[in-house]
Amino acid sequence: MRKTSPWLWLSALLVCLFLYIPLAVVVVYSFNDSRLNAEWVGFTWHWYQVLLHDEEMLQAAANSIFIAICASLIATTLGTMAGIAIQRYKLRLLPVLTITPVAMPEILLGVSLLLFFIQVLHLTLGLLSVLIAHITFCIGFVAIVVRARLAGMDESIFEAARDLGATPWQTFRLITLPLIMPAVVAGALMSFTLSIDDFVITFFTAGVGVSTLPLQIYSMIKIAVTPEVNAVSTLLMLLTLGMIMLATRFDKSVLRGQG
Amino acid sequence: MRSERLTRWLVTAPPLIFMLVFFVLPTLIVVAASFRYPGEYGGLAPLVPEGYTLETYRFFFSDVIYIEIFLKSLWVAALSTGLCILLAYPLALLITRLPKRWRDLMILLVVLPFASNFLIRIYAWMIILGPQNGFSLAVNTLLGFFGIEPVRLLFSPFAVIVGMVYVHLPFMVLPLYTNLERHDPAWLDAAQDLGANAWQRFWKVTWPLSLPGIYAGSALVFIPVLGMFAIPDILGGTGDILVGNLIKEQFLGTRDWPFGATLSLFLTLIVLAVAALAMRFSRKRLRHA
Repeated sequence: MRKTSPWLWLSALLVCLFLYIPLAVVVVYSFNDSRLNAEWVGFTWHWYQVLLHDEEMLQAAANSIFIAICASLIATTLGTMAGIAIQRYKLRLLPVLTITPVAMPEILLGVSLLLFFIQVLHLTLGLLSVLIAHITFCIGFVAIVVRARLAGMDESIFEAARDLGATPWQTFRLITLPLIMPAVVAGALMSFTLSIDDFVITFFTAGVGVSTLPLQIYSMIKIAVTPEVNAVSTLLMLLTLGMIMLATRFDKSVLRGQG
Repeated sequence: MRSERLTRWLVTAPPLIFMLVFFVLPTLIVVAASFRYPGEYGGLAPLVPEGYTLETYRFFFSDVIYIEIFLKSLWVAALSTGLCILLAYPLALLITRLPKRWRDLMILLVVLPFASNFLIRIYAWMIILGPQNGFSLAVNTLLGFFGIEPVRLLFSPFAVIVGMVYVHLPFMVLPLYTNLERHDPAWLDAAQDLGANAWQRFWKVTWPLSLPGIYAGSALVFIPVLGMFAIPDILGGTGDILVGNLIKEQFLGTRDWPFGATLSLFLTLIVLAVAALAMRFSRKRLRHA
């Protein structure tokens, strides 16, 4: 084992502090008995109670959860198909199409969908437009995780199933799906997290009538900062944290997919 | 054989059609919209036979301010990328020196803060850099000792850069770590036996071999920073406008969609160029290494 310089330890430690202190600040101030996020006054649950009685926030949360569930179900179905197709048929176009929206600055997908929904589909922006937009950027993530899982597998098991007379559907249901299940579940959880967390694309596709949690947080930050934002942030952090931990339990590669 | 082709079609078609309709088509619409006139009440003007024009392109080059905003965004992206390299390197290097079972845990620790919503991460800096807060007070007291006027940290270009670096740091740590993890410790031993000191071992061995990771991470930081509007919007002052803010303003503020489309098109081209460059460099390096 090579000796590690104390300077390396020190600088890495500082970077870790840089990563964690800001989030700790948000959490700590959510329990602070003061309207200002400035100095510690005393412990309170007050901001969480405010949150529980904030109708707009609750509606936004309900919208977010509804969209996230629908988006993750549909994106997981389409993304699993894409992952299988990319791996099995060595396609060229499909990987580019599914992954590019993830690799581009989000604003580009946001404005192009805004234009498309209004100019071409004449759709009133709302839950449906947000849902479609979220599916568009989630498919790629699912496809990557599913494909990675398939890539590590021996192709001959699928051939064996076929030789034994299984139809393509039977092969999928009895062999492929159980084998890729951890990746599918991980992909679904990731999609849920990405959807519930998305701000930029939702911002462009939500229109005026519909709000989601990130949109609500944004408008609160822009207009009036109160520790209620800290409270909702803390809860949202716990939710996404749980989701990610759960997803990594099913498939480790989602960690890499996130970055 | 026929059922094989049918299966292939059934698996491929749904995701392919979805992406063609909701990704490719909208992108093409942006291209088309950039050649249109703005509508009387915003949006696009109704399409008439001679409804296509180069007007928005002329407008873009008619005022140097738009090119300046693009240049400023490129500069902010470059600076943020550089700072991310500076912060990510020691951390990634340290993780590779840890025992195997600690490494995954450390990587998880790096990624976890970023599982939280990115608005929350920006908001955190709004609190920290706020004028009544300890950090701001400390900085200004320190400046006071040197007789420098107090500065405002929040709503400044400084805050924008801090936010950009904070939000995008893991995109640099992960590819860098993946690269550094593959380095054979024997290379450093060999360099040491040949008389290289710690500094030389880093600059002559570790750094050049880590360049593919640096290029990959740089693309992952540079590209999203280039299009970011929320961070300047929340942490920046009124003058801290980047391309993302300009595009957002065209679509949701002044509603000049053709101009907004032109701006997004330029941004797309720059992003594609950066991605192509990063891919080319990282591949070339791999071959040499």
